[in-house]
Amino acid sequence: MDEEPLRRTALFEVHRTLGARIVPFGGFEMPVQYAGILAEHDAVRKRAGLFDLSHMAQFELRGDDVAAWADALTVNHVAMMKPFQARYNIFTNAAGGAHDDVIFYRLPDRWLLIVNAGNAHKMWAYLEAERRGDVQLSDLRGETGLLAVQGPRSVEVLAPLVAADIAALKYYTCVETTAGGAAAIVARTGYTGEDGFEVFLPADAAVGLWDALLAEHHGVLAPCGLGARDVLRLEAGMPLYGHELTEEITPLQAGLGWAVKFAKPFFTGKAALEAQAAANAYPRIAGLVLDGRVPVRAGYRVLRDGTVAGEIRSGSIAPSVGNKSIGTALLDPASATAGTRLGVEVRGTEHPATTVALPFYKRG
Amino acid sequence: MVAQPAGLLFSKDHEWVKLDGDIATIGISDYAQHSLGDIVYVELPRVGATLQQFAGIGVVESVKAVSDIFTPLGGEVVEINAAVEADASLVNREPYDGGWFYKLRLADDSEKKNLMSGDDYDKLIAEA
Repeated sequence: MDEEPLRRTALFEVHRTLGARIVPFGGFEMPVQYAGILAEHDAVRKRAGLFDLSHMAQFELRGDDVAAWADALTVNHVAMMKPFQARYNIFTNAAGGAHDDVIFYRLPDRWLLIVNAGNAHKMWAYLEAERRGDVQLSDLRGETGLLAVQGPRSVEVLAPLVAADIAALKYYTCVETTAGGAAAIVARTGYTGEDGFEVFLPADAAVGLWDALLAEHHGVLAPCGLGARDVLRLEAGMPLYGHELTEEITPLQAGLGWAVKFAKPFFTGKAALEAQAAANAYPRIAGLVLDGRVPVRAGYRVLRDGTVAGEIRSGSIAPSVGNKSIGTALLDPASATAGTRLGVEVRGTEHPATTVALPFYKRG
Repeated sequence: MVAQPAGLLFSKDHEWVKLDGDIATIGISDYAQHSLGDIVYVELPRVGATLQQFAGIGVVESVKAVSDIFTPLGGEVVEINAAVEADASLVNREPYDGGWFYKLRLADDSEKKNLMSGDDYDKLIAEA
């Protein structure tokens, strides 16, 4: 367990002034909500939301061997990335389970690797232990901040404060530019299912950009906490490490087979994943929609004809899915087929549900 | 903040009681609804159920969490508020009016001594 005292991002006092409710998350004291989770969710789907994601660990990688080295530790392509591309990837263990899911950003002279806050210590130790050849690692935590602007009006909100033409930026690419006057990397990436940007900048510039964005876009841009972020990502069918993806749940089980490149000559866990794919008998993540309103939570049992078929991994009420109660579940393969009728056990009572394909929500 | 109506009794678990003869109407305080955040689901006891004072008899769920409802008084449930079952956000908007949970017929009038006045409740939450 992490014995360190909780850390604060550069924006901690700003969050407090805005009336945020603060909770421990990934070793940091982070805002879970400001005005309310549902109001913030609505802002991101219809207008724009502003998130402080400075708790996420930013590692910088340099050296001639970074690409080949990282390709051997992850399921997706790294060396094939071009400068200013971003790519989702997963570090796997020998059994094919996930150490972490991450994003690589390739820059002309270096790489930026964004790691889940809760996995920061584990991943730093792992990368250090696995380091080979010309690979230099630096931990940018504490030095750099990360703000996200997400929602259909993100371009309108962020563009006036960024030197580069971000309207022209393609999805999953980035640019080195200035934001709010500070050197920054602006990427068209996110975790909400909406258009949007993530801005990496020096920690001491994060407050200035945050304040400038909110001051200039009052009524359009809402500060959003981790509570809204979780509902948004769940509706969009995006995995959350520790829920849909773990050291035990492989990328194939999580429905992330698209990111697993078996054409790569080698990567840690490849043999195990090939065997898992060939047998095709593994429990897998699927979406569930409840008939009724009762929320489902991680750990609840899922039943099929009275027998355990799996368990809920995440759940929420979904404003963008008709306010229905939705969840992800790790299910036996037969139960994971869309249209299967199942039950979720909530406080001893079985509530009917139907398996659906992910995502629950796709932007129009 | 929603103003607290006069004449209510409170439990330390943040439930309120409005007494009308031997019928008690029960809900949760404005402080409780605000602490919970967006309320999305309420699970209430059935009409006819017999409840013991301070027993866990249902749940109120926000987006993030499940919280137990502890009945501030014992008795037989005579009515439940179908409106909050259909739209739990009523509890956020009108904790002391449209957001009530259930009514019960008091089993033992002396149980009231285990509850506190609105003023004492305000002091309790000011210290929280």
